[in-house]
Amino acid sequence: MTKYFHSVTLEKDKCRGCTNCIKHCPTEAIRVRNGKATIIKERCIDCGECIKVCPYHAKKAVTDSFELVQEYPYKIAIPAPSQYGQFGRDYSRDRILQGLLEIGFDWVLEVSKAAEIVTDATKQMLKSPELKKPVISSACPAVVRLVQVRFPTLIPNLVKIESPMELAARIAKNTAIRDKGIAKEDIGVFFISPCAAKVTSVKAPYEKKESSVNGVLSMKDIHIRLLEKMKNIPADIESPLVCSGYSGVGWARSGGESYALGNEQYLAVHGIHNVIKVLEEIVADRLEGVEFVEALSCTEGCLGGPLTVVNPFVARPNLKWEIKRAKETDFSRENSAKDYQDLLWTEDVEYKPILKLDNDMLKAMKKMQQLEAINEEMPGLDCGACGAPSCRALAEDIVRGLACETDCVFKLREKVSSLADQIKALVQNTKRRNE
Amino acid sequence: MNSLFRKEYEIPANDFSVAGEASSSVRKLLNQLGVDPPIVKRTSIAMYEAEINAVIHGNGGKALVQFFEDKVTILISDEGPGIEDIELAMQEGYSTAPDRIREMGFGAGMGLSNIKKNADEFVLESEPGKGTRVHITMYLL
Ligand SMILES: Nc1ncnc2c1ncn2[C@@H]1O[C@H](COP(=O)(O)OP(=O)(O)OP(=O)(O)O)[C@@H](O)[C@H]1O
Ligand code: SF4
Ligand code: SF4
Ligand SMILES: [Mg+2]
Repeated sequence: MTKYFHSVTLEKDKCRGCTNCIKHCPTEAIRVRNGKATIIKERCIDCGECIKVCPYHAKKAVTDSFELVQEYPYKIAIPAPSQYGQFGRDYSRDRILQGLLEIGFDWVLEVSKAAEIVTDATKQMLKSPELKKPVISSACPAVVRLVQVRFPTLIPNLVKIESPMELAARIAKNTAIRDKGIAKEDIGVFFISPCAAKVTSVKAPYEKKESSVNGVLSMKDIHIRLLEKMKNIPADIESPLVCSGYSGVGWARSGGESYALGNEQYLAVHGIHNVIKVLEEIVADRLEGVEFVEALSCTEGCLGGPLTVVNPFVARPNLKWEIKRAKETDFSRENSAKDYQDLLWTEDVEYKPILKLDNDMLKAMKKMQQLEAINEEMPGLDCGACGAPSCRALAEDIVRGLACETDCVFKLREKVSSLADQIKALVQNTKRRNE
Repeated sequence: MNSLFRKEYEIPANDFSVAGEASSSVRKLLNQLGVDPPIVKRTSIAMYEAEINAVIHGNGGKALVQFFEDKVTILISDEGPGIEDIELAMQEGYSTAPDRIREMGFGAGMGLSNIKKNADEFVLESEPGKGTRVHITMYLL
C-alpha cells in the first residue's frame, strides 16, 4: 500500500482556533489543541468541508504550482468539466479551451470526453448479472474514501472503473506519444481540479499503482490567469479542442453521471452529510428499486468543489448553457468503450478501520466501557470548547489517551470549585487552630 | 455473567423520522469495537427489522442492548397489541400492515424471517393484549 497522503492541510498562522470546522467534518478528523486546529491524517477523506466553512481561510488543499508545468517540454491540460461553469455565458467552452492553450499548454484534452467513455463502460458493466446492486459510482474520491473508512460492506458495490480524470490522462499521453512522436518523459499531463480529493487520488491512488496525471492545478489558482488570456480571444471562437458532447459536460453537476447513463433507476445524492445518510440506507438493505447511486461529496456535485471559484448555484446555469450548446454538435456517440474490462481498476480499496478503539476486541470492549462511563458524566452540550466535535468524541479521545477530562470547561469548573472549597476549609481550619 | 456495558433506546410509536436510529447507533458502536463488517451488517439488519416492527405494529417501545466479551444481546420490547399466532406471523409474506404503511414501502411480511435469517439466536415472545419481546443474540468472535 502507498504511504498515506492527504491534501487538505492547515495554515497554522491563520487558524484562530474558533472550532467552526470540527463539527462539519464527516469523519470527526479535526481537533483544536492549544488554540490551533489539527487534522488526524488517517481519518481525513479530503472532502474539503473544512475548507469551505473556515471563516479565516486557514484550511487549504496542497496542489501543484504553475512552475511545475514549466518543467515539462510538452504540456497537456485536462480540465475537469466543472471548469465550464466558472465563467458567464460570454465565456464558452471553446473560448475556455483556447484560453488554456494561451496560458501555456501545448494541448488540451477534455476530461468530459473520458467521462463519456466511462459512461459507456458503466452501461456495459451494469448488464452483468453478478454485479452487487445498487452499484455506487466511484467518480468522487472523497466518497470512495468515506466508504473505505465507514462503510466497508459497500466496497464491493463501488463501480471499479477508472475515473474520467485517469482515463483522460492516459488517452492524452498515448495520443501525444503516438500521433506527435513525443517521448513519454517529456509529457506533463495536468489536471485542473475542483477539489482536494482529486489531488489525493493522484498523489496516493487507490485504483492503480501509479496515476497517469503528472500534476494537479487548482481551478482557483489559474482562474485570473485564464480570464486575462480569454479576454483577447473572440467570444464566438470555435475551438478544434472540443471533443465531447452534452452528456460528458453534464458530469460536472449532481445527476449528470446518472443522466448520461440513461438508467431510470438511479439515485443522485450530493453533499457529504446527505451521502452518509444514503449510504446508511444501503448498508441496512433499505434502499429498494435503485440500481445506480451517484454520490458526490460536494453540494451540487463538482460545481461545488472546494477549489472552484463561483458559487455552485451560480455555476449551474452557466453549465446548463454549455450543455445546451453542446447538443448542437454531438460527440457523445464517438466516445464509447470497446470493452469495459480494459478500464477496470488494477488495484482495490481495502477497509481502513480508523474508528476502531483498539486492535484487540476485548481491549476495545474495555475502552468502550470506560468511554460510556465518561460520556455519562459529560454535560452533553457538544459545545466544542474542548476542541472535540462532541462530548462523546472527547470521551473517546480520553480513552485513547489523547485528552483529559478537564479539557471540558464544565469539568474544569467543577474541579476548580471543589478545589476552592477545599482551600477554604483548609484556611478555616488553620485559623481556628491558631485562635 | 454481567454485561460490560449496556445501551438503552426509546423507540417512539409511528415516528418514521427516527425509526432506525437505535440500530444505526449500534452499528457505529460495533464498528468502533472492531467487529467483523459482515457480523455488523447482520446485527444491524436484524435489529432494524425488530425496531421497525415495534414502531409500526407495537405502538413504540424500548431497545436494550448489552455488550459482553463475546456477544451482544438485543431486546426489543413493546406493550402493543401482541401477536395472536406467532407461527403465522413468522411466515414470509404474512403481514397485517395497513395500506398507508404499505405505501411507505413496509409490510412485505419479510421482517421476522429476515431477523431469523440474520440473527445467531432469535426468540420471539408475545402475548395478545400485553405486548411483544424480541430477543436477538449475535456472537462477535
Ligand atoms: N412488535 C409487534 N407487535 C405486534 N405485531 C407484530 C409485531 N411484530 C410483528 N408483528 C406481526 O407480525 C407480522 C409479520 O411481521 P414482519 O416483520 O415479518 O412483516 P411486516 O412488518 O408486516 O412487513 P415488513 O417487515 O416486510 O415490512 C406483522 O404484519 C404483524 O402482524
Ligand atoms: S477535508 Fe473533510 S475529512 Fe478532511 S479534515 Fe476536512 S472536513 Fe474532515
Ligand atoms: S464532488 Fe467532485 S469536486 Fe467534490 S470532492 Fe467529489 S470529485 Fe471533488
Ligand atoms: Mg416488519
